[in-house]
Amino acid sequence: MPDYGFGDYLQFVLSGLSTGSIYALVALGIVIIYSVTGIINLAQGEYTMLGAMFAVTFYKWGLPLPLAFAASVIVVILIGMLIERLTVKPVRSASPVTLIIITVGVSIIIRGVALLIWGATPYSLPEFTPGAPLTLFGAILSRQRLWIMGVTALVLALLYYLLERTLLGKALRACAINQTAASFMGVSPGQMSLLSFALSAALGAVAGIVIAPLTLVSYNMGLMLGLKGFVAAVIGGLVSAPGAVIGGLLLGVIESLSAGLISSGMKDAIAFLALFVVLLWRAEEVTPRLRSLLRRQSEVEG
Amino acid sequence: MNIGRFWHRAPNVFGLILFAIFLAITPLWVQSNYLLSTAIFIGIAAILTLGLALLMGYAGQISLGHAAFYAMGAYTSAILTVKFAYSPWLAMALGVLITGTLAYLIGKVIFRLSGHYLALATLALGVIVFLALGEFRGLTGGPSGLPGVPQLTIGGFSFDNDVKYYYLVWAVFWLLLAFSLNVVNSRIGRALRAIHASEIAAESVGVDASRFKLRVLVLSAVYASLAGSLYVHYMRFVSPQPFDFNASVRLVVMAAVGGLASVWGAPFGAAAVILLTVLLRDTLPFFIKNASGEHTVIVYGVILVLIMIFMPEGLTSGLLKRRRWPSFRSKK
Repeated sequence: MPDYGFGDYLQFVLSGLSTGSIYALVALGIVIIYSVTGIINLAQGEYTMLGAMFAVTFYKWGLPLPLAFAASVIVVILIGMLIERLTVKPVRSASPVTLIIITVGVSIIIRGVALLIWGATPYSLPEFTPGAPLTLFGAILSRQRLWIMGVTALVLALLYYLLERTLLGKALRACAINQTAASFMGVSPGQMSLLSFALSAALGAVAGIVIAPLTLVSYNMGLMLGLKGFVAAVIGGLVSAPGAVIGGLLLGVIESLSAGLISSGMKDAIAFLALFVVLLWRAEEVTPRLRSLLRRQSEVEG
Repeated sequence: MNIGRFWHRAPNVFGLILFAIFLAITPLWVQSNYLLSTAIFIGIAAILTLGLALLMGYAGQISLGHAAFYAMGAYTSAILTVKFAYSPWLAMALGVLITGTLAYLIGKVIFRLSGHYLALATLALGVIVFLALGEFRGLTGGPSGLPGVPQLTIGGFSFDNDVKYYYLVWAVFWLLLAFSLNVVNSRIGRALRAIHASEIAAESVGVDASRFKLRVLVLSAVYASLAGSLYVHYMRFVSPQPFDFNASVRLVVMAAVGGLASVWGAPFGAAAVILLTVLLRDTLPFFIKNASGEHTVIVYGVILVLIMIFMPEGLTSGLLKRRRWPSFRSKK
């Protein structure tokens, strides 16, 4: 093992946090859909691919980068809503297995159609602000990684405002807590399901666009990102938004450290081993107690 | 023997006999080697689908990494026979043992959680196994694979051509089908159906739901391992590519097409999907320029979504029901 100094470790952690931000955004999308509709959406990763692909396409058409960013997010939101109307609405009361299989089907359709439209060659998107990487206590950090963390923080703030401070957000949360009770209060579960898909699509698209300058954009980039998002969401407990964010950041750091210290080839395998460890841990007594504690807290707040 | 019980099982016994006759005479009219080889692949896929259909239809759980169990059977057979010169049959048995144990350990943990964590855990397992197959070059040969897997032999008899291998694979499938029918119509099967209908109700009458789900998971992993061993001894070569995530999805499509309400659907699901793949591979390039294997995946996706929306019990039982529907209505 090479001799690493403080700067190297800091670099592993910082780049882990920026990759982790992406996982956090994907995981948040998964958590929102799961809490509101009870669907484990295995097509979540495809939204990141679509976001990145549309941003690249619009940028190539000559749109300035910020505009390409916004346009891409809007298009992906519309796609997310279309998917909800076509594949989720008709089977609202189906069994969980059926719903999971449907989202798997949706993800392979999206991936296949993307291959048809954009081909198998990877694309690249320029960094938001090109320039030399920054140095911090011996750690070298590219500017795009700062953008990733900044945009994620902004998105989290907006999401917090939407969920906690607006009527729409309250309706969405009500639907997640008790759908029947929420519908008695005039909240339409169907509309909330649509909203949850729109929100998740937006989160996924943002994640895909901000990571695009660091990785190449290809039709199959969504699969791995989506799976990592799942690991993050499960670490966070699958129904908790803060949990998803923490899970994402944690996963990013674990991955970055294990790539630096153990082997970059087994980096992905380690992420999934982490999932097993988490499931094992959740199966023990620890989490139910934690969960009941959280529930009591939210009852006090609500 | 109890006559009532006999008549209850008669359709299955009759079906098994008819199916055996059909399987036995198929090579007599299928002369093309290409078709016979396709029939062997269908047989292997049918074994996999049978296990997955039991898991999905009877335990209400879904495995999105079934290719991992398939790969473990395949690689255990390949590594033990090629690198350590084990007898293929012993290697096959050890593959079953290792895969079954792994499935048991995973299930033991997962089924303590409520909800659909098995889907996520198996998905992760699928990715880990696939990555490991490429990484541990010393043992698995890495991405380029492991050649030189020996043929299966019993005494002096060697399964050295497609006709012999066809009979071997389908005989294994037939035995597993008969065994599965027995399981489904036994105490275990009734318990599983009760769990599927309502887990709470089943548990309240003393059915230990997680134990039964665990058994089915192990059974389906064992089937997958056997299929993997049969696959490598037919191909005489193994590489990671047939065990990727798409392979797991394809198995779910086969189970969905075959139908989750009956184990009889498995061979039909496997046959339908494989024949469709062959057909698409031959015809798709006429419609789409530069069409590749990845494009055929779109068709799987569309089929999967449509079946799940309109016939969640699967294509075979869905179609059967549709056919009966009008007469049922007119009587009313």
